Amino acid sequence: MTRSPLTLAADPALADAMREVRAMLAACMQCGTCSASCPNAQSMDMTPRRMWRLVLLGRADTVFSSGAFWMCSNCYACTLRCPRGLPLTSAMNALKRIAGASGHPALARHGAFYRAFLDNVRRRGRVRETEMMMRYFGAAGPREALRFTPLGLRMLRRGKVRLELGAGRWDTALAPLFESAARLEGKEARP
Amino acid sequence: MNTATATRYAYYPGCSLTGTASEYDASVRLVLERLGVELAEIPGWTCCGASAAPAVSALLALALPARNLALAERDLPGCDVLAPCSACYLNLLTARQEARRDHRLHARVQEALEGEHLPWANAAPVRHLLDVLANDIGPARIAAAAQRPLAGLVLAPYYGCQTLRPYAAFDDPEHPTSMDAVLRAAGAEVLEWDKGARCCGASLSTTRRQAALPRIAEILRAAAGADAVVTVCPMCQMNLEAFQRQAGLPGPVAVLYLSQVLGLAMGLDPGQVQLGRNLAVPPGFLARLREVPPAPGEVVQATGTG
Repeated sequence: MTRSPLTLAADPALADAMREVRAMLAACMQCGTCSASCPNAQSMDMTPRRMWRLVLLGRADTVFSSGAFWMCSNCYACTLRCPRGLPLTSAMNALKRIAGASGHPALARHGAFYRAFLDNVRRRGRVRETEMMMRYFGAAGPREALRFTPLGLRMLRRGKVRLELGAGRWDTALAPLFESAARLEGKEARP
Repeated sequence: MNTATATRYAYYPGCSLTGTASEYDASVRLVLERLGVELAEIPGWTCCGASAAPAVSALLALALPARNLALAERDLPGCDVLAPCSACYLNLLTARQEARRDHRLHARVQEALEGEHLPWANAAPVRHLLDVLANDIGPARIAAAAQRPLAGLVLAPYYGCQTLRPYAAFDDPEHPTSMDAVLRAAGAEVLEWDKGARCCGASLSTTRRQAALPRIAEILRAAAGADAVVTVCPMCQMNLEAFQRQAGLPGPVAVLYLSQVLGLAMGLDPGQVQLGRNLAVPPGFLARLREVPPAPGEVVQATGTG
C-alpha cells in the first residue's frame, strides 16, 4: 500500500476533521456486524470494521491510501444493524468529505462525480443530468465518456436525454444558500 | 402522523423526475389523480443534494432539502410533503429528523436559509409515495380503481435502501412488505424473494462500475420467476435497467415503476404510463399485458373518482 501524502502531522485541519470522525466511532467494539452487512465489502481493500479501528488508532494515512470509504453506496445496512447504534454511514460520508476537501489529486479523484453533481446543483438549482454528466466527463477524462456512450445512445433513442441549453429558470435559486453555507462552514464563497 | 384523511400533498418531484425518470413523474400524477389525491407541486423547489451533498458538505446535505421543506411549509401549509424518489425522500426526511433531534443543528440550517429570508419551523411531515399508497390511500381504494387487474402477472417488489433505512418510517427496514398489498390490489401476484431491500449499488454504477455490477446481477437473477421487477426510486430503476448486459444477464428483465404498474391496472394504456421510455422491456412483456383479461363484468367508470 503506498503511503498517502496526507499525514496528521502535516495537516492540522485534517487532524481536527479526523477527531470528529473518531468521536462518531468511539464506542466501536470491533464486532464486525458492519463488514458482514456491507453489500460492497467484497469490493473494498479493507473491511469497514478494520477501517474504523484504523481511524480510532489515528492511522489516517492508511485509511486514505485505501479509499475503501469511496465504495460505500449509502445503503445504511451497517447503520441499521450496528449494535452500538453508531452513525457508520455518516462516518463514511465524513471520510469522503475529508478526502475530497484535501485538495490532493490522489485523494480527491474519486470525488469528481459528487463535485460535478453539486456544482451543477449550485449553478442550475435543479440538476440538468446531461450537462452534469458532460462536466463529469470533462473532469474524469475521455475514457469515462466513451464508457457511457452506448448507454447515452440507448437513452437518447428512448427520449430520456433532455438537452437543456442556455440559461434556466432556476439558475440563481440556490446562490444565496450556497453562499451562506460556505460562509457558515468557514470556506470561501465560490465566484 | 395522522394523515389518513389528507387528500392534498405538497409534491416534490425531484430532478430525476424532470429528466431521465419523466415516466415516473407522469405515471405518479395520473395514478394519484385517479385515486382522488391532489398533488400541489412545491413552487420553486430545488435539488435536494442527492447522494452528492453529504459527500461534499455536511451543512448543504441538510440545508438543500430543508429549503424545500421550508417552501412547502410557507406555500402549502398543512400538507405532507410527498416524494416519489427514494434519495430525495431520505434527504428530506434526514433534514426533518436530524433537526428535530438536535436543536443546534436546526438553528444552523435556519441560519443558512436566512440569506433568502426563508423561515423553517420543520412543521411538514415527509412521506414516500409508497407510504402514501400503502397507508393513506390503502389497498381497498387501489383495488376499486383497478379496472383492468393484472391477473397472472408475477411482480417482484423492489424497495431499495433509502425508502427503508435508516429511519424505518413505514416498513420493516430489512424485510419490507408494504408493496405486497398494493401489488395484490392491482391484481398481480407477488414474487416471494429476499432481494427487495438489497442495495443496487447506487452511484457506484457511475463511480465504480465493476463494484456495482455484482449487486445488480444478484438482484435481477433472483427475480427470474417474475414478469417484472417493480421499483420506487429512479436511481434503483436506472441501475437495474441500464446495466443488465454488463451484469451478465442472459436477456432483458422488465423493470417498471410502481406507478406504471398501477396505471396499467387502472386501465391506462402503455403510452400513457410511458412504457416506451423504459430501457429494458422484453418483447413478450407487452403481449403478456394484453393477455390479461379485463375484470369480469367490467363497467365504464368515471375517472378521478377512485
